Amino acid sequence: MSSQNPEQQAEQAADRLPAHREDERAEQPVARTGMFGIQGTGDTSGYGRLVVRQAPKVSSPRPFGGPDGAAEAGEFDEIADQLARLLPTYGEAVERVVVHRGELTLHVKREHLAEVARTLRDAPELRFEMCMGVSGVHYPSDEGAELHAVYPLLSITHNRRVRLDVSCPDSDPHVPSIVDIYPTNDWHERETYDFFGIVFDGHPALTRIMMPDDWVGHPQRKDYPLGGIPVEYRGAEVPPPDQRRSYT
Amino acid sequence: MSPSTKYTEYDAYAAAAEEAAEGRVFDVNGQDWDQMVADARDAGDERLVVNMGPQHPSTHGVLRLILTLDGETVDECRLGIGYLHTGIEKNMEYRTWTQGSTFCTRMDYLAPIFNETAYALGVEKLLGITEQVPERAQIIRVMMMELNRISSHLVAIATFGLELGATTVMLNGFIEREYTLDLFEEITGLRMNMAYVRPGGVAQDLPSGAMSKLRDYLDRMPKRLKAMRKLMDDNPVYKARTKDVGYLDLTGCTALGITGPVLRATGIPWDLRKSQPYCGYETYDFQVHTQTTCDVYGRYLVRMAEMEESLKIVEQCVERLQSVKGPVMVEDKKIGWPAQLAIGADGMGNSPRHIAHIMGTSMEALIHHFKLVTEGFRVPAGQVYAAVESPRGELGAHLVSDGGTRPYRAHFRDPSFTNLQATPAMAEGGMVADVIAAVASIDPVMGGVDR
Repeated sequence: MSSQNPEQQAEQAADRLPAHREDERAEQPVARTGMFGIQGTGDTSGYGRLVVRQAPKVSSPRPFGGPDGAAEAGEFDEIADQLARLLPTYGEAVERVVVHRGELTLHVKREHLAEVARTLRDAPELRFEMCMGVSGVHYPSDEGAELHAVYPLLSITHNRRVRLDVSCPDSDPHVPSIVDIYPTNDWHERETYDFFGIVFDGHPALTRIMMPDDWVGHPQRKDYPLGGIPVEYRGAEVPPPDQRRSYT
Repeated sequence: MSPSTKYTEYDAYAAAAEEAAEGRVFDVNGQDWDQMVADARDAGDERLVVNMGPQHPSTHGVLRLILTLDGETVDECRLGIGYLHTGIEKNMEYRTWTQGSTFCTRMDYLAPIFNETAYALGVEKLLGITEQVPERAQIIRVMMMELNRISSHLVAIATFGLELGATTVMLNGFIEREYTLDLFEEITGLRMNMAYVRPGGVAQDLPSGAMSKLRDYLDRMPKRLKAMRKLMDDNPVYKARTKDVGYLDLTGCTALGITGPVLRATGIPWDLRKSQPYCGYETYDFQVHTQTTCDVYGRYLVRMAEMEESLKIVEQCVERLQSVKGPVMVEDKKIGWPAQLAIGADGMGNSPRHIAHIMGTSMEALIHHFKLVTEGFRVPAGQVYAAVESPRGELGAHLVSDGGTRPYRAHFRDPSFTNLQATPAMAEGGMVADVIAAVASIDPVMGGVDR
């Protein structure tokens, strides 16, 4: 903990942020400068020289608890323990475990995604028989892990949920396909490929699904503009949504 | 013209038209039909590839089916979607968290309340205020969802009847749905796409006349549902078209991620309202109905039974709303939308009393209103997945926040999208006519599929 203020220290402890030394954090890439996203001299907020560094990667300590957010060991610990027992490569495959808002997220290395998913599906103690698809997320500031593929899994047998989070760099946007494990992901992976450009290796027919076949670009990436034209209404002109002033 | 990579200049179909695909191509452009049939017969092809849709009336909006036919039998069935893609998820990244409900309500346009609720539950989870949402708001949410379930199932059954050629079923279904939409109009001001359920609660309390209208509805509806059952349940024509058609068992459903009435028609009582309750569903008395036939008729029976259960829940909600009073938005003024709505001479708008307050008496209230409406509230960084049981199955909202005032990413796991993948499994090897029944029994809404 870097802060000397007891209030802030308590806050950080409650957030379960990992301990980061000042210099370590300073080495991390800058996520943004100033306020309101304004470049140059337009920023009159007084925060013009504010430097916001990229947030450190969060990881939850044991015990993980359960969906009710209890402090003692619960359902999430069970899932992690079972997986660690059944998967010899657990330590290598699961980079981080995050428990947030009563949900368990396993950050899995892409090389190990298939075996993790297969174990989660097949082991009777785990039995996550349903996959609720893939959702892509693009974090341009997260260097080396710009693209994320997020898989929510559901176990009807045990009435539990878990989420797998796999990342890949923008320069090598490949993630193994798990269509052979969860056939439902056929369309979901095509959608994520279409919108984010993540190539799911091993997918039977990875083609665009929403956009026309000859579309150029992947529309839901952050570097793809929203588009739109200014609208005139009663003499005043409203700029398109992505060019309006924003507050983040 | 040399091929260009720019999508505005590049014509993907230019080459295909010249070279022609394998076999002979028949374009149906209003020419003499007899002549064309004769041509097709003379061509002597064993198999015929037929494009059904995207504008075919029985494909539920703009769905395209590519069928390979061997006579009347479907050899291969492929689906083309994306004709209704509107970029709702991308658009939501450019609006505040509250404005998001206006966008996501338009996805699955037959179940707008469910879209809003899934989204609102996700935002509340990210904010950590799930427990603080007032009880009255939760009751109203449940009531609206169940009314919406009835109206959605009615359309499912009505269009299904129409597609099989039964206009009476269609008319009856749509008439009953109209009564439900009247209730929506009374309560929210709009028949569809209401943006009524907002993060933190609902947009406004019930208007004064709503309770008596709800009671009229509850008096009328059970009889009408009985009449529909009388028309359909034992109808020999209907049963001939639906029994043992579009078979998909439990193994197929889990592999393909199918949820909702299709899954419950395989005999498993999986309903998120029971298994992972939200909005206080655990306090209501209702049953989860199943069938074991795995066919189109079973799915119809499940939907009918669900409507009857929904009526029971609405009845309990109406009873509770009489005694449970109070606010319908969270107490936290940093999150709850400041404006109160009222009906004026020109329709619904901001309440005059609220305008008088912020414009005339309190400058702080005006600042607060302005900040919250233009900037919105900040949501702590993180990601959540919130799921509700929509009429078509599990509707999940995957929301990511970076700590800002806008969603960093909003993704919806729409059940129509996932369930539609089951069409080939249901249709291949069957007759062409049964493809229609299979698609209709999935009840896909293309607005939700393509988002």
